[in-house]
Amino acid sequence: MGKLAIKVDHVSVLFNLNKEKIDNVKEYVIKLLTRKLHFTEFWALQDISFEVEKGERVGILGFNGAGKSTLLKVIAGVLKPTKGSIYVSGVIAPLLELGAGFDMNYSGKENIYLYGATMGYSRKYINERYDEIVAFSELKDFIDVPVKNYSSGMKARLGFAIATAVDPEILILDEVLSVGDAKFRIKSENKIKTMFDKGVTVLFVSHNTAQVRRLCNRAILLDHGKVIAAGEVNEICDLYDEKIKAK
Amino acid sequence: MTTAANQKGKRLGLGRYFRNFKKYRYLLQEIVRKNVKLQYRNSVLGVFWTFLQPLMTTIVLALVFGNIFGRSNEGVVCYPLYLLCGRLLYEFYSQSTKRAMRSIRNSASVIKKVYVPKYIYPLSNVLSNFVTFAISLSVLVVMMAYYMLIKKVPDLHLTPYILLSFVPILILLVLSLGVGMIICTLNVFFKDMEYLYEVFCMLLFYMTPIFYTVKTLGTNKWIQYVLMANPLYSIVQMFRSCVLYGEMWNWHWFWYACGFSGVTLLLGFWIFYKKQDKFILHL
Repeated sequence: MGKLAIKVDHVSVLFNLNKEKIDNVKEYVIKLLTRKLHFTEFWALQDISFEVEKGERVGILGFNGAGKSTLLKVIAGVLKPTKGSIYVSGVIAPLLELGAGFDMNYSGKENIYLYGATMGYSRKYINERYDEIVAFSELKDFIDVPVKNYSSGMKARLGFAIATAVDPEILILDEVLSVGDAKFRIKSENKIKTMFDKGVTVLFVSHNTAQVRRLCNRAILLDHGKVIAAGEVNEICDLYDEKIKAK
Repeated sequence: MTTAANQKGKRLGLGRYFRNFKKYRYLLQEIVRKNVKLQYRNSVLGVFWTFLQPLMTTIVLALVFGNIFGRSNEGVVCYPLYLLCGRLLYEFYSQSTKRAMRSIRNSASVIKKVYVPKYIYPLSNVLSNFVTFAISLSVLVVMMAYYMLIKKVPDLHLTPYILLSFVPILILLVLSLGVGMIICTLNVFFKDMEYLYEVFCMLLFYMTPIFYTVKTLGTNKWIQYVLMANPLYSIVQMFRSCVLYGEMWNWHWFWYACGFSGVTLLLGFWIFYKKQDKFILHL
């Protein structure tokens, strides 16, 4: 047994959803007066338990709505589970969606510090990594340009470069590697592989089983909020591919 | 190991909050820096707008209302300065609470993905407005110098009480933060709060003796009570006592403003703390 990095202990998440999304006072009052305030309960995750050891690379597979993103949110500490508990040891670096965490009017350089601070790093710490980040993102000529003028590929490169430069202990990759051109995809896969050697723990969500097979050594298959299979990556990926064919 | 502590929600305690705040103080700094920087970027006059904006609006107000209210000098000393004092404080309150109100919604993309102590967003927006406010106070300094040295307004003189002017400013900061926390929580659940609050701020502008004095409104007791219930009234009056009249403030104002702001801040933290785990479901 290696050292434990993540422990998910009987986690369930209940969403109390209104049939129609109500987000203003007017509708709320009308619905309240006409007694149309119905809530439906929906278990996004049901009694999920698994452990991830340090240095393991776990792929999370599942169809849309299986609860993959909810699970990642719970692990990242953004969403509190309704039941159960989560234990995480070490710094988590989530890769944000394209452009999230950036301020569009801010230049690339300023955004590096902002993004770093969002992850809890000081200016001084980012200063040490600054050259590395700029070099990896290949944005040297554009670093003083506001991010709103960046292409989506440039934003992805910058975000990826920052999130991986800070030596996180746990890396959460939520379909990020599917963006950018082929060259960047290969480069980022290589970067992640070099991080494997440093013993980083990876959680990787993807629909692309080929990519999961390349990057992960374990996998979990989720369906309707439950773990239906967990184990060695090729076994689970075979199972998932079969399920896709069966649909 | 802070992340581990964050997620073990049960392990409460002030120590945990303090450690967490220490880790994320950089984010607080960065957001304050960003807001202040971006406010003036791409405008030709840059930071000068901080001076020009209150100066110009004061001139407009002085032109419009000066002839109606300004003639009786009773309780006003110098009408443009009277206006400016009230307007600067009101402007800080309304801008900072409005910014704080939108802060959580504007950072939705981050909040959904990364663990960040969420109060950082309303707090940093109030603080960045505080920085701009502090810069804009220099307009008051310049205007006072002008009226004292060049215009030589007879009743206007500096006294040591001006050193106490930071007290009403701090109370106002507490009040703004408290209100900001409350309305940013509400705004997550009901996005039309923004429009309602806009109207409320307009009402507040007329309810605060900025361009008039309470006396000019007549002696109807009820109107006076309603006006005095507004904490901005006490805070603005305290500020004017120190700066404009050069005397000690009325201690009733002090206790009322302190009490109101303190309770608002506690209420703000409490509501925010109770509801923050639900934010993500509504963003």
